[in-house]
Amino acid sequence: MNIGKQLKEGLLTQNPVLVQLLGMCSTLAITTTVANGIGMGLSVTIILTLSNIFISLLRKVIPAQVRIAAYIVVIAGFVTMVDLLLQAFFPDIAESLGVFIPLIVVNCIILARAESFASKNRPLAAAVDGICQGMGYTLVLVIMSAIRELLGAGTLNGVRMFPAEYAVQMLALPVGGFLTLGFLIALFQWAQSKAGKGGK
Amino acid sequence: MQWTTLFDIALGAILVNNFILAQFLGICPFMGVSKKMDTAVGMGFAVIFVMGLASALCYPVNLLLDSLGLGYMRTVTFILVIAALVQFVEMFLKKSIPTLYEALGVYLPLITTNCAVLGVVLLNVQNSYNFIESVVYGITGGAGFLLAIVLFASIRERLEFSEPPKAFRGFPIALVTAGLMALCFMGFQGLQIPW
Repeated sequence: MNIGKQLKEGLLTQNPVLVQLLGMCSTLAITTTVANGIGMGLSVTIILTLSNIFISLLRKVIPAQVRIAAYIVVIAGFVTMVDLLLQAFFPDIAESLGVFIPLIVVNCIILARAESFASKNRPLAAAVDGICQGMGYTLVLVIMSAIRELLGAGTLNGVRMFPAEYAVQMLALPVGGFLTLGFLIALFQWAQSKAGKGGK
Repeated sequence: MQWTTLFDIALGAILVNNFILAQFLGICPFMGVSKKMDTAVGMGFAVIFVMGLASALCYPVNLLLDSLGLGYMRTVTFILVIAALVQFVEMFLKKSIPTLYEALGVYLPLITTNCAVLGVVLLNVQNSYNFIESVVYGITGGAGFLLAIVLFASIRERLEFSEPPKAFRGFPIALVTAGLMALCFMGFQGLQIPW
């Protein structure tokens, strides 16, 4: 097990959003404010880590034919827990994330990691994988929400940076989500091709 | 039963609050199977079918959960209902309507993890729609998905022959295209029925 390698994969080379292109719906939908981005990122990280540990522990018990259904039940259980906790302790965030909290169940990142990593590795490695992939996801959410909140509303985490009348409201709307993510992935691919050339 | 209410729901689901372009539900299949027109159409119809059925089926299930005071089990129950439904639909079609099964075949299992399906049943509960409203919302939501994915696929088929900057090849240019489509659909925002 190599924590450094897993961390690098989660944050950069195998980043769940920028490289594996998983979990698009929540990435596009909720990144309108930094608080939302952090809330969603942490929720997914927690659920991903717990479900990875659990599925890894059960990997010899679950029969191969019904494994997808079993994974979904495990994930749905943890999602319900996080949903109830958010409603109890952070009602504002639960309100603004709305239907996207229960929809973490069908977030492809969690199912993909369960299938490709947790079902083949020991619980400790699976936990580290969950944390690293979750951090990669959170990183992208925070960057995207910072761009969209700053340019779309003129604030950063609620603090006003410049007057609202100079803000490009379009970026806070659905259009802005698609465009910001498109440009972010393009930038990432450009940086990777530069780095590749430098290495050779 | 108010026909205008149903029309309002349908108009909202197809154009004003399109599931993909305004609510961001079902982006994964939208991006994944929109490279060719015929696969996009197949996926679109499969989604209409499953969304309509799931809305109809989850309505009594939700009533049952509420009467037992188990509202917090909603997410878990709904995803199981959807997974079982998709499995049954697949088996039923294979036996009785093989031609339709051939056409939808590969897309059916994928639909379980399509967030538009779980999304629509959760939104039905949130908006407290009655049975008929739920079914109409499910079917027209699927129709909105079909509209968006067919438009998107026809643009993407042409994108194959264009030459975007190197960094934008593949996924980024598709996202920018989707963004411009979302911009077009924003034009429907002010749409209201006059009565």
